[in-house]
Amino acid sequence: MSILVIAESNGKEVDRGTLSAITAAKKINNEISLLILEESEEVIKQAQKIQGVTKVISASGDLEGGLVENIAPLISECAKGCTHVLSSAGTFGKNIMPRVSALNDSQQISDICEIIDTETFVRPIYAGNALATVKSLDKVKFITVRSTAFEAAQSEGGDAEIVSGPVAGTNGKSSFVNRDLSESDRPDLTAAKIVVSGGRGIGSADNFSILDPLADKLGAAVGASRAAVDAGYVPNDYQVGQTGKVVAPELYIAIGISGAIQHLAGMKDSKTIVAINKDEDAPIFQIADYGLVGDLFEIIPELSEKIK
Amino acid sequence: MKILVPVKRVIDYNVKIRVNSEGSDVEKNNVKMSMNPFDEIAVEEAVRIKEAGKAEEVIIVSIGDKGSQETIRTAFAMGGDRGIHIVNELNTEPLAVAKILKNLVEKEETDLVILGKQAIDDDSNQTGQMLAALLNWPQATFASKVEVKNDELKVTREIDGGLETLNLKLPCVVTTDLRLNEPRYASLPNIMKAKKKEIIEIPIEDTGIDFSSRLEILKVEEPAVRSGGRKVADVDELINVLKDEVGII
Repeated sequence: MSILVIAESNGKEVDRGTLSAITAAKKINNEISLLILEESEEVIKQAQKIQGVTKVISASGDLEGGLVENIAPLISECAKGCTHVLSSAGTFGKNIMPRVSALNDSQQISDICEIIDTETFVRPIYAGNALATVKSLDKVKFITVRSTAFEAAQSEGGDAEIVSGPVAGTNGKSSFVNRDLSESDRPDLTAAKIVVSGGRGIGSADNFSILDPLADKLGAAVGASRAAVDAGYVPNDYQVGQTGKVVAPELYIAIGISGAIQHLAGMKDSKTIVAINKDEDAPIFQIADYGLVGDLFEIIPELSEKIK
Repeated sequence: MKILVPVKRVIDYNVKIRVNSEGSDVEKNNVKMSMNPFDEIAVEEAVRIKEAGKAEEVIIVSIGDKGSQETIRTAFAMGGDRGIHIVNELNTEPLAVAKILKNLVEKEETDLVILGKQAIDDDSNQTGQMLAALLNWPQATFASKVEVKNDELKVTREIDGGLETLNLKLPCVVTTDLRLNEPRYASLPNIMKAKKKEIIEIPIEDTGIDFSSRLEILKVEEPAVRSGGRKVADVDELINVLKDEVGII
């Protein structure tokens, strides 16, 4: 009996979220197979070295674009004899895992943040405003893992056996057109160690660029509150909050954000929160570790300049 | 083409969530309820496809207690044509929802299902993908753009780090992300008209689907409370704090 972890990779390396899923898998069982869904020698070599992985399954066939219609049956094949199937809860895992889970008539457990035992897990509900402890009654458990809740497994030191996996077929119903990954030098919002977010206090779309030098200096991702998005300052994909992205970076700097419930739901698990706002009664200060009251148009340039 | 849009009634996104005194669920009594925001986007998209002359009918379905009919009427006011209410006083898990929807899709002979990528109550993000699996249909999750071309859909999806475009043959399942559209506000005449549209009620027991729970909720609790820290006087103190106490810069 073993655990299957579905790896997410980009032709060069295994995604960090997958390393977290491996750590979660280790808490359930020591026999861990890692399924690689691309034929990249570089990725397979790297996968072999990840600590805790006992077997690397290398799939082949029509893997282009990672079409779930081609890949879900392949994962089901690999899941035979496994007790648990895990992936990280990024868009990759969220897209594919429920499809595999339904093919196996199992009620998936999404986005777990804690493992109590082999069948009991804790997961956030209501955008993390409550935590539910759930017990799965299904024989095989299909699980996505919140990567911020588990340390990444060590990527060196392992020596897993490599085996050839099943071959993905081509379904005639979907086809991959292209992928347009943002060229920004900045990290992705959900993966960034530091996030700098702006709210309505920024005042306009033009003003929003005041955050750029600070984000550049810190190597941070830039986010926004729903108020800023609704006001048209930035596109929707900047939005941090209950209906936007949920982030949990090491440092979250909220600038000109009052702290509406909907925003707090998306960032309150950040390790350290800094709030900069001219209104000293803004609700954001009630949850911020460090607050600075003042005019952001003076504070932000000064801060950007003084950070080395 | 017929489009099926499943909608879920959830606690309004502006309500502060509280765990009930038994620690078994969140407090749902005397709390404002509304349509799951991602489902509103799904209704809007379906209605736009119909308005563009590419679909004849938008069927709204909701699974839940009596209040779900109000949510179906909200979808009517946005342009939905008729409704199906599967009555279940208790929570229905995504896999059971997907099985019920599969039967409805087959009975109604719909070509396209558009639904929210997740409901903001249980945050599962499963139903659309499960439905696609059970129907053996292609899926496009987290859609930010949908173009209907004859018997194909070209869908742009939001993925970590960017966008991806897929072509799907109809019939298929699409789940909506935030950027897909901005749902309309219902006009008063449309709200009045919505009251006259038909909703068929079906008790969940009559669906023939096993809706028993596979994921037992042992307890629900508040996350560790985050207490506020302190104020710093100026930028210099903030930088020192980030250096010495947080150690991140």
